[in-house]
Amino acid sequence: MTFNRNTRVAAVVAFLAIVFVVVPAAISASGRFDLYYTLTSVALLSIASAGVWLTFYIGRINIGQGAYALTGGYVSAILVMNHGWSFWPTLPVAGLFCAAASVLIGLPILRLRGVYFAMVTLVLTEVARLLALALPITNGAKGIVSIPLPGALSVFGITLIPDFATLQNSRLAFYLLAVTLMVVCFAIMYRLVNSRIGKLCQSLQQNEELASSIGVNIAYLRVIAYAVSSFFGGVSGAIFAAISQSIYPSSFTVTDSVNFMLNCFLGGLGYVFGPMLGTLVLYFGWDLLFQTGQFQLLIYSGLMIVLMLVLPNGLLSLAETTRKKG
Amino acid sequence: MEQVIANGLYLGAQYALIALGLTLIFALMNVLNFAHGQMYVLGGFITYTVYGQLGLPFVVALLASGVTLAVIGALMEKFLFRTVIRRSHREESTMLLAAATAFFFDAVILLLFGEKQRGVPKIVKGVFNDVGIIMPYDRIVVGALAIVFIAAFVLYMQYSRVGRAMRALAQDRVAAQLMGVRVDRYSMIGFAMGAMLAGVVGGLLVTITGVNSGIGGPISIKAFLMVMIGGAGVVGGAIAGGFILGMMESVGLTVLREYGDVTYLVIFAALMVFLSIRPNGLMGKPWG
Repeated sequence: MTFNRNTRVAAVVAFLAIVFVVVPAAISASGRFDLYYTLTSVALLSIASAGVWLTFYIGRINIGQGAYALTGGYVSAILVMNHGWSFWPTLPVAGLFCAAASVLIGLPILRLRGVYFAMVTLVLTEVARLLALALPITNGAKGIVSIPLPGALSVFGITLIPDFATLQNSRLAFYLLAVTLMVVCFAIMYRLVNSRIGKLCQSLQQNEELASSIGVNIAYLRVIAYAVSSFFGGVSGAIFAAISQSIYPSSFTVTDSVNFMLNCFLGGLGYVFGPMLGTLVLYFGWDLLFQTGQFQLLIYSGLMIVLMLVLPNGLLSLAETTRKKG
Repeated sequence: MEQVIANGLYLGAQYALIALGLTLIFALMNVLNFAHGQMYVLGGFITYTVYGQLGLPFVVALLASGVTLAVIGALMEKFLFRTVIRRSHREESTMLLAAATAFFFDAVILLLFGEKQRGVPKIVKGVFNDVGIIMPYDRIVVGALAIVFIAAFVLYMQYSRVGRAMRALAQDRVAAQLMGVRVDRYSMIGFAMGAMLAGVVGGLLVTITGVNSGIGGPISIKAFLMVMIGGAGVVGGAIAGGFILGMMESVGLTVLREYGDVTYLVIFAALMVFLSIRPNGLMGKPWG
């Protein structure tokens, strides 16, 4: 990226203005309030995809994000329903629970590489679904339903976030929540990738043995990256459970895990903001094609194949080639 | 007990045949073919159409399944995978392509054949019932056919010119090219053969379990499991993985019946423990 500092600041400000001001204004002007739900989903899915992207960054193909999203959703739902917690503290707890689980699982399986890791993580998604079906606490196939909307959050008597149930427009509230988290998440990602750890992660992606031989603690780094990735997955799953007010074993399946991975590919594996763009394009593309009825999947997958043939390095590689030429 | 082993062997034979196609494509191209299950379903529907609807002999139907899938596989390699591998910075990009083709096949199958469960008339009637084993004759025929196909495939890979070229390619692509192996051509043949195997198994099994448009994904996952158990890209590993999974499923369904539907949970958990001890499966080479 060859932006200078000023253009970068301007781009960030423009992006913030668009997601926090322009989009809500445009939606209330056009009256398409259903778009809030779509955009909220995009924001949440892109958080989970950002996690997958981070595992790509250390050279692992992760098709197991659905497992952590499901776990996060269940942790939040169970804490709220069975233990009477408020929604807000469950959010970080869900993330931390997933991170802890991913350290335990990651220590053995991160030794695997390439397709082996990809396939094990794919299996992990199935394991999560089967566990949710089999465990007594998750209520089996019936799932956990009618989870209350997030309540008020106040610190020292000052209400920071109002009770979602009393709001006229809870969709706007969820949109703002999801978008804020997305911005925070990608800020963390950007900082992480452009830090010393980010450079080290890149060395893992290129050659683990070489990195290890010059003193990089590869086992530690890849577990950290995987834990951060799973944290994002858990948080995004927890909010999804709160929005839909329900969670089932089939809420996140192998298809979702594959989609998280596709979002990263489509946006471009070499770009931090790739997963965000990829999620937006894929989710909206799918929604727009709804009108084509039975041909929806055919056109969608056909377009994806064509896109792959034309831009195999992701959508953001388009910007790079034009800049090189110019 | 005999029954459990017989069931396991029957399942194992068909699983091994599914895994062979997947592992062949992986060995030659380093592509994890997500669409393998969908190819199986397509093969099943072709046999359903030719044998069940048009009433032609079963052998013709099986041949039609194999040939159609081989052509599809060859075209996929030539126009899709080869292009993407050439243009992409990272090898993993083929996974997106494979996933997209899986979706594409799903859509095509749904449009052409609908979402109903389809079955065909039995190829052989009657039930074998002796020495404590009860098994319909058609299952025995299908299991035997699967073993014949596996043997034929192994012999072909071992002794034919094409097989030798493909084994060379799997060992070292560059070295094979330097020795004068036409890499592009044999990649295409290999992909076609992998797809053909998927189609043939689909055609075989439609006579027993029937086929519906939704089973592609689960079949792919099972195929991945077998390949992981045996070791990716190794023919012997795929066969071993197939029989092991078949046996585990058969035993698990009997032993764990009283605990509910947990067989696959146990298999998955065992697999993860196994892989953390032996990351390359039973026979796999430590490929990146």
